[in-house]
Amino acid sequence: MIAITDQPIDHAAVTDRVRSTRAGAVCTFLGTTREFTGGRTTNHLDYEAYPGMAERTLEDLEAQARQRWDLIEVAVVHRVGRVELGEISVVVAVSSPHRVAAFEACQWLMDTIKQVVPIWKKEIWADGTEEWVHPGLGPESGQAGP
Amino acid sequence: MTVTIRLFAVARQRVGAPEIRVDLPEPATVGDLRRAAGEQYPELALLLPAMMVAVENEYVGDAVAVAEGSEIALIPPVSGGSAAFATPPAGTQ
Repeated sequence: MIAITDQPIDHAAVTDRVRSTRAGAVCTFLGTTREFTGGRTTNHLDYEAYPGMAERTLEDLEAQARQRWDLIEVAVVHRVGRVELGEISVVVAVSSPHRVAAFEACQWLMDTIKQVVPIWKKEIWADGTEEWVHPGLGPESGQAGP
Repeated sequence: MTVTIRLFAVARQRVGAPEIRVDLPEPATVGDLRRAAGEQYPELALLLPAMMVAVENEYVGDAVAVAEGSEIALIPPVSGGSAAFATPPAGTQ
């Protein structure tokens, strides 16, 4: 199950979606908004997705994870729009007969989501300045580095 | 031909619009599109080497042909960064 939403995510409901009598393991990851990054203070984050391609890429990652690991259910929900401190921006939940597959698939999904799914975040710092987070875009591109 | 290219995040911010229209010779590849976009929108030139190009919701390489009417987007590096994206220009982090 893949979803992108501009509403707060009910992580318990996402976890419940992957639970199964066939599962011996359920692993849920929550990505949450961090207040302090490298000495700077965040006020909130603003996420933007490429509608359509973001969902399609997530579905492709779910299919790849199911090929690599023995998974029962997979659920990924990503927030867009304004996300306050401590709020959840992404939930990845997987179930499997055994825990190793659940741990590994959950980590691989989250790491890969952050590499290839077209969803971007903008830091709105406590001092009022804003900055799109684009690793690899350094000062020569006119963008402050990460 | 003229193609419409969707922009996101810092690219949209630089141009000040969610999409641009770029004139291309026919036939044209994604590499041609990169060059033309940088020439016709100089504010994107420094970002282009680090951006991926998506055609019909899939990442494509520079050798792929571009067809009029295709859904095309420039994809800035996403928040986790990745080897999936082009190596940043020398001297950047």
